[in-house]
Amino acid sequence: MSDLSAGFSEPPRRTKVPKFKWVAIIGVPLAAILFQVYVPRFFTYLAYLEMPLLVTVYYSLRRRSPPFGVVFGMCIGLAQDSLSNHPLGMFGIAKTLVGYFAASVSQRFEGSSDLLRLMLAFFFFFFHQFFYWLLSRALLGEAVSFEPVQTLVLAVLNAAVAVPLFRILDKLDVTD
Amino acid sequence: MDLILNRYRNLTALVAAILVQLVLLAYQVKSNQEVRLIRVWAVSAVTPLARLLEGGRSGSVNFFRDYFVLLDVREQNKRLQTDLNRVQLENQVLRSELDTAERGKALSVFQEQSGMKTVAARIIGNSPGSNGRVVLIDRGTGSGIQPGMAVITPDGIVGKIVSSYPTASNLLLITDPAFAAGVLSQKNRVHGTLKGTGNSNVIVDYVQNEQNVEVGEWFYTAGDDRIFPKGLLAGTVTAVRPGRTVKEIFLSPSGLQHGLEDVLVILEGDHKPIPDLPPPNQTVHLQPLPPAEGGTGLAGDPTNAASPSANNPSNNASNNNGGAQTDLDREVQRTRRIGEDQKHVFGERGRGAPDFNKIPDNKVPDPGARPASASPPSQTPAATPPVNQPRQ
Repeated sequence: MSDLSAGFSEPPRRTKVPKFKWVAIIGVPLAAILFQVYVPRFFTYLAYLEMPLLVTVYYSLRRRSPPFGVVFGMCIGLAQDSLSNHPLGMFGIAKTLVGYFAASVSQRFEGSSDLLRLMLAFFFFFFHQFFYWLLSRALLGEAVSFEPVQTLVLAVLNAAVAVPLFRILDKLDVTD
Repeated sequence: MDLILNRYRNLTALVAAILVQLVLLAYQVKSNQEVRLIRVWAVSAVTPLARLLEGGRSGSVNFFRDYFVLLDVREQNKRLQTDLNRVQLENQVLRSELDTAERGKALSVFQEQSGMKTVAARIIGNSPGSNGRVVLIDRGTGSGIQPGMAVITPDGIVGKIVSSYPTASNLLLITDPAFAAGVLSQKNRVHGTLKGTGNSNVIVDYVQNEQNVEVGEWFYTAGDDRIFPKGLLAGTVTAVRPGRTVKEIFLSPSGLQHGLEDVLVILEGDHKPIPDLPPPNQTVHLQPLPPAEGGTGLAGDPTNAASPSANNPSNNASNNNGGAQTDLDREVQRTRRIGEDQKHVFGERGRGAPDFNKIPDNKVPDPGARPASASPPSQTPAATPPVNQPRQ
């Protein structure tokens, strides 16, 4: 509980911005994309795990820099687009927004609180899926359906995975 | 201006990034062209890693599978202490090898018999995103694959190539809503357009209500889409109902029914006539089983190996009408006789196991003896013609 109150009250500007090695910044997103490309072949239900999105949220939260979040989200989204059959930019725009908003949130709140991470992962998954659906309909004119209940359930699952995943990624922090 | 940009640096970065991507998106949608360079980079970066992962996975799976098979054999050897288990192990290994080779063999037999120039490919990844029906195959432009080429299995059509890169290609499955192909029904020669629905079924569109289509009828490719050659299996009708203007016809795609691992990409197609009879299942020619050691062995009927029961050893043993084919089958028969002699019901809870040391009154056939109904090895043809056996 103390962790929670600290997470919401402590101004993050006073704390150090975590540093990551470039290998981690490039390797982790690549691994996340590879995970989404490869693993669902054998475990179909894991296709609903949006690892690139979770990685975007994590790095944006930790770096606390909206421009970094924008570039990071854009790159990982475009990479995801490149491997899909959709036009480039669909995942890119959605993840750019996620990166920006996650970084903006981290300027207000400390991003190391588990509860905050859970809530943000939940919110950003829903936001991402909704925005992607919106783009598909508005820009591509695709008649795809959006199922809020299913998306909410998936958001919960992704949020549940996000907390331990973020803990693991915390180990890559090389700040003294 | 600079002051404003600096003051709203974050927002400026966001707007710039979104604008760039919107322009990129608009360019692709308007010109109907893709930004190939970025896709080539991404696919080229991911393909070697995916191959490495696949190699590591299959290697470790094979290692552990081999290890457990050997462990199992060792335990059986300790328990039974006879040469019977060595033959049993050989049977198991042969069966597992047959299972493994069956798909590849069917593919190569089909490749030879179809008369089309094809290239075999393996699926190495899925499209990112939960709504994608696009998979990545491990062959690309280096193998002569180009966008628009048809992809099939011996069971039927699978999809088409939507983009190809030096080392990999994207395969749009027939279940994707964006997929369409011209099809023709076998019985009534009804033309329609096969479309994906996003789930496991596909539909045939643009068939007038007046036209006759029956449940169970087969649909073949019509060849008019310039992608699939005429005469390839598309699927079987599972449901038909009249719609407002056109019939609603649901098909079970035959190409996907046995899973999707290895596929054939058609480099040069060959139109074939639509057959009058329902499609036979793929034939696989198999050599007869090798004779057992010591001259008492049996040359098994090769058709058994290609039959569905060959995939299920227990069925094979229990459904054997002409006597035990293998030592394992004879051991099963012996166990059953012991059970019947002691009035033991196998599988009943709380009954334990029969006493296997008590030999039943009626003579148990010697496990090594050849059953009277079995043919001698010399009478078994060295090579039998391929047989058509239903897969399901």
